Amino acid sequence: MDIITTHELTKKFNGFTAVDTISINIKKGEIFGFLGPNGAGKTTTIKMLTTLLYPTKGSATIAQYDILKQRDKVRQNIGVVFQEPALDTELTGRENLDFHARMYGLGREQRKQRVDDVLTLVDLEEKQDVLVKNYSGLMKRRLEIARGLMHYPTVLFLDEPTLGLDAQTRRAIWAYIKKMNKEESTTIFLTTHYMDEADHLCDRVGIIDRGKILVIDSTKNLKNSVGHDVITLSCDDLSTLHDRLLQESWIQNVKKHDNSLTLGVEKGDEKIPIIIEIAQSLKLKIKSIDVRKPTLDDVFLHYTGRMMRDEEPENPMKQHARMYNRR
Amino acid sequence: MTWFTEIQAIYVMWLREMKRFIRSKGRLVSSIVQPLFFLVILGFGFRAITIPGFGDIDYIDFLTPGIIAMAIIFSSMFTGISVLWDKQFGFLQEVLVAPVRRFSIILGRTLGGATTALIQGFIILLIGLVLGVHISDIPGILLTLVFMISIAFSWVGLGLVIASKMEDFQGFQLIMNLIIMPLFFSSSTFFPLQNVDIPEIFRQIIYFNPMFYMVDGLRGSLIGNYNINSPIYDLGIVMVFAVVMMALGSYFFSRSEA
Ligand SMILES: Nc1ncnc2c1ncn2[C@@H]1O[C@H](COP(=O)(O)OP(=O)(O)OP(=O)(O)O)[C@@H](O)[C@H]1O
Ligand SMILES: [Mg+2]
Repeated sequence: MDIITTHELTKKFNGFTAVDTISINIKKGEIFGFLGPNGAGKTTTIKMLTTLLYPTKGSATIAQYDILKQRDKVRQNIGVVFQEPALDTELTGRENLDFHARMYGLGREQRKQRVDDVLTLVDLEEKQDVLVKNYSGLMKRRLEIARGLMHYPTVLFLDEPTLGLDAQTRRAIWAYIKKMNKEESTTIFLTTHYMDEADHLCDRVGIIDRGKILVIDSTKNLKNSVGHDVITLSCDDLSTLHDRLLQESWIQNVKKHDNSLTLGVEKGDEKIPIIIEIAQSLKLKIKSIDVRKPTLDDVFLHYTGRMMRDEEPENPMKQHARMYNRR
Repeated sequence: MTWFTEIQAIYVMWLREMKRFIRSKGRLVSSIVQPLFFLVILGFGFRAITIPGFGDIDYIDFLTPGIIAMAIIFSSMFTGISVLWDKQFGFLQEVLVAPVRRFSIILGRTLGGATTALIQGFIILLIGLVLGVHISDIPGILLTLVFMISIAFSWVGLGLVIASKMEDFQGFQLIMNLIIMPLFFSSSTFFPLQNVDIPEIFRQIIYFNPMFYMVDGLRGSLIGNYNINSPIYDLGIVMVFAVVMMALGSYFFSRSEA
């Protein structure tokens, strides 16, 4: 059964098309990842699906309810963790969670239980009675996620849920999301900048760029579709080797990074000796070389023609801190 | 049991308003100081004054209902407008995706705003009593309460309309100066416009000013004196205004994006 369907969903802001005729179907119980560079239209899509924005054209349903005509019904079936902070800073952490629990109709016992649970999950028990305006940026982020995980909706939207968080907290949140998905068969729609996150969590991913969906498939199929192994190597003169390798027709692509080259090839392990030979003929010394299966990063590069991170001005941590400082 | 959720939502919206009100000392202080200023300065300044048509009046009696209305109006406008804060801080999104009717959200917020407005109104009344206001009887007080609530609802509604139409706080000052202040000075809050020597046209304009009926109604019910219309007549008009404003506020709010 399809729990989310969109039909040519489109959003324009004063003539600028942020989301361009998107049609997707997501099954019940699926974890779906929505990947795309900054400004691709991910958040705008989520806002339309959660009734916060009106589509310019097209339609969509959540749990069979129309996002335009049955807005109350749609809202009864969703939960959202927003990309931007959506907390009441004049209330304490606990009060924010309590507000949410009541809004979602949890009874007294359940309320207390869940509030305690999620506070533990994001490690905020000690700060629960502090006003949110006195939280640090990342503490707010943690509270935000905790709140989104409090009630068990049919569909949970997570917009960049773990942006900027430390590895330990991210892992705890992943485990919680997986558990929710398994035990309550909650459908999860998540956007992320982290390919490892998408790889770890998602059954299927869609790649969106400039408002258009480029491809939707399972992570496994997508990686296979890139069709080759990735060789990463480093040596003492990257530029020379890079220029030389560009002439080899059996290499699908060569990319030079600060300290390494990456090559896309078929049957990578058989190509290693050949590459070493070429390097020796140029009197270059290879310091390290390895071959691996393509990751979602490679898939992303393949479909959008650029790395996810090329679009980011700084590291996500800083970007995130700035986002909160604005407020 | 959806009605249970709706009532919870109304309650929690109300609770939030109350918590924020109690925590923001500045708001409480400033909302009392300004009316207090008017009451003390003007009240004593014009202690005994001859107003055409009324003869000798006790000016503090004349003034207090208007100042109470003023406190309630500012406080409830603020509640409506504070939706803009929620928009800017992102919290509006949390409220708008909740599985409750938009109307419950508005009702909770309005009740919260009305409660804080009433608290402020009563503080002014207490100050007035200390300064020697003569109030009418028990039914009058009850009627006063009804007026206060209707006034609060009206202006929360108007605040919601403004907040739903504005993106940020630029323009807010403009609205206050261009709408609220002229309404105030043409509402007979400070002196009865019917009796002063102004062109006939201005005298007629008063009757299109909702604030006039609010102040006049409060005078009729709380003081039982100096009012031009009967309080019941005023109440009818104020209630119609309140319903219209709330309906408009709910409509615009429920259509707002975040
Ligand atoms: N309210 C708005 N008014 C005008 N333009 C907007 C508005 N909201 C978003 N946009 C534009 O729409 C495009 C898509 O924005 P959106 O926030 O959906 O991107 P995103 O994929 O979520 O990006 P990010 O990874 O940075 O979160 C951007 O170019 C953005 O500038
Ligand atoms: Mg986004």
